[in-house]
Amino acid sequence: MTRGLIALAILIVVGLIKLPVEHNLAALHRQEHFRGVEFNLDLREKLGQLGFIAALSGFRAIVADALFIQAHAAWENTQWGRMLWLFRQVTALQPHVLLFWDTAAWHMAWNASVAAMNDSNQPRQALRVKAQREYFAIGKEFLERGIKNNPDRPELYEALARLYKEKYKDHGRAAEYYAKASTLPEAAPWDRRFSAYELSYTEGRERDAYERLRSLYDEGEKERLPTLIKRLKFLEDKLAIPPDQRIPDTLTKH
Amino acid sequence: MTDAETASTFQSSPGPESFRGNASTLPKRHRVFSLSRILAITSNTLTELARLKVFYVLLVFGLLLIGSSIFMAQFSFQQEFQILKDVSLGAISMFTSLLAIVATARMLPRDIEDRTLYTILAKPVPRFEYVVGKIAGVLLLLAISTLVMVAAFLAVLYMREQAVLQATAKQLASAPPDQLADALRAVRASAFNVDLVPGIIIIFLKACLLTALTLFVSTFATSTIFTIVVMVFIYFIGHLEATAREYWLAAHGGGLITRVFLAVVALLFPDLQAFNLVDDIVAGTAISMAVFIKTALLGIFYTVIYTLLAIFVFYGKEL
Repeated sequence: MTRGLIALAILIVVGLIKLPVEHNLAALHRQEHFRGVEFNLDLREKLGQLGFIAALSGFRAIVADALFIQAHAAWENTQWGRMLWLFRQVTALQPHVLLFWDTAAWHMAWNASVAAMNDSNQPRQALRVKAQREYFAIGKEFLERGIKNNPDRPELYEALARLYKEKYKDHGRAAEYYAKASTLPEAAPWDRRFSAYELSYTEGRERDAYERLRSLYDEGEKERLPTLIKRLKFLEDKLAIPPDQRIPDTLTKH
Repeated sequence: MTDAETASTFQSSPGPESFRGNASTLPKRHRVFSLSRILAITSNTLTELARLKVFYVLLVFGLLLIGSSIFMAQFSFQQEFQILKDVSLGAISMFTSLLAIVATARMLPRDIEDRTLYTILAKPVPRFEYVVGKIAGVLLLLAISTLVMVAAFLAVLYMREQAVLQATAKQLASAPPDQLADALRAVRASAFNVDLVPGIIIIFLKACLLTALTLFVSTFATSTIFTIVVMVFIYFIGHLEATAREYWLAAHGGGLITRVFLAVVALLFPDLQAFNLVDDIVAGTAISMAVFIKTALLGIFYTVIYTLLAIFVFYGKEL
């Protein structure tokens, strides 16, 4: 009994010593992007009781994977609402897995939006278009939240740029996100080029696009790709660049 | 049998004086600490655990790996590798934690029930050597199990990676070489990541911590079931400790009872969330040397403290 009480006292003393150590370690973990999930009421409501307990006991990756597989099955059965619900749980559990944000956004903005547009149960086109736009917005929201959770990773910026380009036809925003991606470590070498391409399609930004494309062109042969030369020539004509400053026609690759 | 009783038993046996004059029959001088005695207990514990067929867990792990890799053939390679790594490392974490708790919880009660404990302690074996030998046996079992599971996981990951590399090379056979190289690089980057190694070491250290804590609980527990139930509670509370600690330190509102409860959780329980780094490592978060060393030291610190406490309580235990 006495030894038990002494052991308890030692545990409390050890607790007082370890408290600041654990507190500092937790801060270091968060600073280095570990412990990205806050176990709170919001997550509890999203996950349900069993999922929350499993996640709480250190198995959140497995729970997230199980939900991801369910979402995949929901996609195969074109259950878009269920898929959205599952992807929200998956991304809440694993906010640092880019694949989950990207897949969720792709399913929403590409697959669900097309399904909404082709929905034979909805005779009114206006409502089909509205549903399609809503799925675009959901896909965009996934990517924006993904970027918020992973600001140093270029992949989601690239995905958001693609979404703006292909779904919203907003080349200005696409150029902006490709440019942001290109400034990050591990960015794809084509991000800078894609940003300039998108800018070349943006009304009122032609001069800026021209300068960026020209700068890429001047970097050497490696950057002188057919699309770059084509866009550069288009801008030279549009901006009425003097002939002596234009790139030579002979260099055009086909 | 208490220490005093053990000591009196030894006092009643003939002392060194009675052997004087016959050098060949002189007993060896008893040493306070003997590594060979600890090793004997360790190897005996490991053999006992192996006989309990705990290694069947590894078979379950193997089946889980094979099953999941067949099932995941329908996903893209990034999804497949992500799930394979999550499931494998999650299973390693779960099985090592289970092994640590269950194998340790039944150790002392079984030795008492079989009367092995009395046989050992009747010899000049100090109690701390018995406890250290026992815990070393469980830790050795955990190390072997972890190594086997990691080897199986890496083998499956490597085989899947090679299969995907071959498929990619075939698909892009007519593509420019730099495009093919990019694609193959992407496959390799999605498969094995060297940061997984520190993540796995942290999983092992978490299991070591749980072993020492289970041993500590079992020194004052009355049965195996009690120890396991208490450890299950500790396991869950330990994963909540960080939340409780942050609330308590941030001095959020709440009544006195809430604050006392939070303080008890924060002071008495280990922060088990600190050892769940592997989920984020699989997600692509790089683990720095500082994070690894500090987390590993915390795990070692807890293991040592709980082992010392177990020895301390075990010395006073009525046997």
